[in-house]
Amino acid sequence: MPSPLHSEASATASHVVTLEGVTRTYGSGPNAFRALKGVDLVIDEGEFVAIMGPSGSGKSTMMNILGCLDVPTSGTYRFRDVSVRTLDRNRRALLRRHFLGFVFQGSNLLARTSALENVELPLLYRGETVERRRAAARAALDAVGLAAWERHTAAELSGGQQQRVAIARAIVTRPALLLADEPTGNLDSERSQEIMDLLTALNRDQGISIAMVTHERDMAEYANRVVHLLDGRIAGMICPRETA
Amino acid sequence: MLWNTVLLAFRSIRRNLVRSMLTVLGIVIGVAAVVTMVTLGNGATRSVSEQVASLGSNLLMVMPGQRLGPGRSSAGAPAFKIADVAAIEGQISSLKAVAPSTSTGVTLVHQARNWATSVTGSSQTYFGIGNWKLAAGRIFNDAEEKAGKAVCVIGETVRRELFGHENPIDARLRVKQFSCTVIGLLQSKGQSAMGSDQDNIVVMPLRTVQRRLTGNQDVGVLLVSLKDGGSSDKVQDQLVQLMRERRRIAENEEDNFNVLDTKQIAQTLSGTTRVMTMLLGAVAAVSLLVGGIGIMNIMLVSVTERTREIGLRLAIGALEHEVLLQFLVEAAVLSSLGGVAGLVIAAVASIGLARVIQVPWTFDPQINVLAFLFAAAIGVLFGSFPARRAARLDPIEALRHE
Repeated sequence: MPSPLHSEASATASHVVTLEGVTRTYGSGPNAFRALKGVDLVIDEGEFVAIMGPSGSGKSTMMNILGCLDVPTSGTYRFRDVSVRTLDRNRRALLRRHFLGFVFQGSNLLARTSALENVELPLLYRGETVERRRAAARAALDAVGLAAWERHTAAELSGGQQQRVAIARAIVTRPALLLADEPTGNLDSERSQEIMDLLTALNRDQGISIAMVTHERDMAEYANRVVHLLDGRIAGMICPRETA
Repeated sequence: MLWNTVLLAFRSIRRNLVRSMLTVLGIVIGVAAVVTMVTLGNGATRSVSEQVASLGSNLLMVMPGQRLGPGRSSAGAPAFKIADVAAIEGQISSLKAVAPSTSTGVTLVHQARNWATSVTGSSQTYFGIGNWKLAAGRIFNDAEEKAGKAVCVIGETVRRELFGHENPIDARLRVKQFSCTVIGLLQSKGQSAMGSDQDNIVVMPLRTVQRRLTGNQDVGVLLVSLKDGGSSDKVQDQLVQLMRERRRIAENEEDNFNVLDTKQIAQTLSGTTRVMTMLLGAVAAVSLLVGGIGIMNIMLVSVTERTREIGLRLAIGALEHEVLLQFLVEAAVLSSLGGVAGLVIAAVASIGLARVIQVPWTFDPQINVLAFLFAAAIGVLFGSFPARRAARLDPIEALRHE
């Protein structure tokens, strides 16, 4: 995708994400529902931000907008230097393809497909050669500690392992921003800690910026910064490690 | 990218092998039916065409009697005489040969075996006109023809029934009151276009038949063979004119004889089989269409079932047309595989059936390629609706789908 989009998004700005007065309204007229009511947020390169809040606070909407799956109704969303709000469906898809990685609550692995092939999937859409796909997928599986499991299918892996494969799939493209939507929601506490340790390590060692949505305080505390959402607005921000 | 998509399609088909097989069953049966029907129909048409060729070049048969059809009869129409043959030969040009032919039913006896058949009395030209070739022995000569000698040339069926493993040449047959020497054996011609056995034949000099069997001077049928490239219509007109004169038919009277063009009859027959082939093929093609609907059904189920997968693909950056292509290619690969399976089944089935109904089997690349392409096209056509549905999914909704 050698387009203006590419070069702008590749430019090394110090902020990955800039939100200014972002609102998101579903529906119109008297039944309209305002999920976000004006959010300002900046995420720096290499930062690990957790977005917390009770259900209905606008976490998911925020996540969809950060992930370029949805666009704000008003306000500005700049991903690096690209203004996302005016991009069409396909250009946003290209932005996701080249700069974003996703980890969801469920691992969403393809059934009856090996871990390696699952991790290769995003590279397939980038048109990488088989050799480079294989090498990158192996490296990503190695980074999540599953190098020995590449031939196993989702059904043959534990829940924690499946989520690790999903993380490998998200980082295999070396994304500018990794979006994690309740990544530990389906796991027990021990497995959850492992996943969070892994995310922290990836953020620290590989410098991958992470935005994570969670409703669990324990998980949020792994982040550099915790953003509290309440009723569609930012209610507060803390930096857990500095206060500790 | 396309190659990757094809690989992905194969992978996805392999992942759901049983369902994939059930999906394409309709296509498999449709392709197999179309190709089998057309192949067998072609075989039937070809066997008719071959018989047209075996009739020899353009052949006209002149028979006494009024125009064919209900309520008409040959009663009252005088028979031909041997002089008619000479008259035709003398007055009509661009003929290859003319032969008289008189047939009568007899029972042939050889030692302990007997065989009921009909004996044809004719001249030497009969063999050339009918495209007969000798397998052994000789045909009768001028002297034998003039003298009405008791000699005969027999067909393969007669030989089989009366002689078995014996050599028939120079053997003697008893025909009614007299005994007749077999001087020649004809090469087999097989069934005629009408389904009768052409090899069930015994040919004697005309005079022999007239004197010893029918007891009169009548000639049943005149066989007139045209030169290659000769105009059959022109000769027919001349023939009708000549015979009307010879039989003294007044201007206002109808013909009391018929002229049949055997090649025309055979062509009509092969035309009929060709139409039947097309009809059968068309009926079978409908089943192909139904097979396409089967593909659409299962693809829709597959899209619903894989909503989360599609959502994930869209989230990690698949473009709309890439998802569309993935499902289209999957449908095309699926129906192509079904098409290939159908062709294999058709080959096996048509070879077997061709043997059972006794028509020649030929591989027709045209219909094979056509049926295959049709199957693939149906896959794409009916796959496009589910594929479009998949491509237009909202990734957020799709990922939330349970």
